[in-house]
Amino acid sequence: MITLILTLLMPAFVLVAGIVLGLLMKGVDRKFAAYFQSRIGPPVLQPFYDMGKLMMKQSIIPENAVTWIFKGAPVTALSSSVLLLIYIVVPYFLYLSGVNHFFLQAGDLIVILYVLAIPTVALVSGGFSSGSPYAAIGAQREVVLLMCVELPLAVTTITFATKMSAVCESCPSFSLTTIASHPVWNTMGPMGILGGMMLLLSFVFIVPAESAKIPFDQGEAETEIAEGLLAEYSGKYLAFIQMADGVKSLALVSLTVILFFPHGFTDLTGLRITGGGYDFTLAADVVLFFVKIFAVYFLLITTVRVIMARFKISQAAKILLLTITVVSLSGYMLIYLDTFISAL
Amino acid sequence: MIRKKISLKNLKRSLWAFHLNTGSCNACDIEILATLMPRYDAERFGIKLVGTPRHADVLLVTGTVTEKIKDKVLRVYEQVPEPKLVIVIGGCGSTKGVFQESYAMAGPIDNFIPVDVFIPGCPPRPEAIVYGIAKAWEKIEESEKRNGAAS
Repeated sequence: MITLILTLLMPAFVLVAGIVLGLLMKGVDRKFAAYFQSRIGPPVLQPFYDMGKLMMKQSIIPENAVTWIFKGAPVTALSSSVLLLIYIVVPYFLYLSGVNHFFLQAGDLIVILYVLAIPTVALVSGGFSSGSPYAAIGAQREVVLLMCVELPLAVTTITFATKMSAVCESCPSFSLTTIASHPVWNTMGPMGILGGMMLLLSFVFIVPAESAKIPFDQGEAETEIAEGLLAEYSGKYLAFIQMADGVKSLALVSLTVILFFPHGFTDLTGLRITGGGYDFTLAADVVLFFVKIFAVYFLLITTVRVIMARFKISQAAKILLLTITVVSLSGYMLIYLDTFISAL
Repeated sequence: MIRKKISLKNLKRSLWAFHLNTGSCNACDIEILATLMPRYDAERFGIKLVGTPRHADVLLVTGTVTEKIKDKVLRVYEQVPEPKLVIVIGGCGSTKGVFQESYAMAGPIDNFIPVDVFIPGCPPRPEAIVYGIAKAWEKIEESEKRNGAAS
């Protein structure tokens, strides 16, 4: 029964909830960015109004575009973003609610690492197929960013797997459920905590780079190359791309929360909320998760977006490939040393 | 017809503007930026500047049309997806302004593309620009009423 629900209803639910929440977070993001600049800012529901408008507008397909790639790319981006969100969030909530199910071990960090690349690749192929020189430049830059961000992300993944295999020998070490049930900070000495902070620092760069936000939005630099990748998209295709962007940012932020702050309500307080014979702990967990993703979104995306300017593509590549890789590698070394020392 | 009505209604909540300079002296362009800055904050009304005409709902045209840019104006106008509005900002675009006798000027913008709202001034103040956009919204409302009466 639960398998039937999971396979049929859950993807539809995550699709709708992911799009709604992603757009809502975009609205909150714009509002906070406006407060930073002492403006009033648009209403929180502004992205929904934008989507409504874009859905009603004419969708122009350029004459020299490869039509099927151009049309397929936004839908692919949206569906793969939702897939990413499913693999990140559903095992976590299954773990929190205590349901024992095969999906608990379904997604691991390696799957996420690969699925994370699909929306970007879809948009890149859409950009190349649209036949505009601006879109081609934007697509090239996006490919460069994708390649550069992969390395620190892979190092972080391996660090978590190493740590998990030391903490819990019998658990699958790449699984998000293992990471969620053994929060990294709980079992580490001072050296490991320093290493964890370095990984968190590298995530401060990885999340904006993966979700193509300032300072890493070279691919769609609107003032410089006329929105780059999205230059030829209009109407409902643009709406799909915007939704995919919202869902992908949401997925990345959820990944950050689950990797670094996976504590559920019971882990934090040691209590379970019960009333009228029902257990409300899961509801408290959901609320706590929302609070955490909004806080991380605010700190990692909105704040960085407002206080920084766009890097040049060469600077971005250098920062991601050298600085951030070195930071995450030293985090790996510190955490490895820490587990080594505590094993002695 | 119904499709058009819904879409025009949506423009009132979210209006993405593409700024098209057809030979302006930059004064009007600076005033457009001033409209978006904290003091007037046009983003409150869902107005934002976009980088490509494909995303735009409204063309903000500044400056009278020079001979060189004539065909590009038409091209940019045709790249904007329907439904679209055109707002001319500044005296030069509305009439020929101080360039009446110039050999290099092809004429005011409404000689080439249909214009919805003229905002005169040299340059118009941000208040005037916000007022002009409000006028454009009024025009949308009127056309909705007319469509409603027709159908």
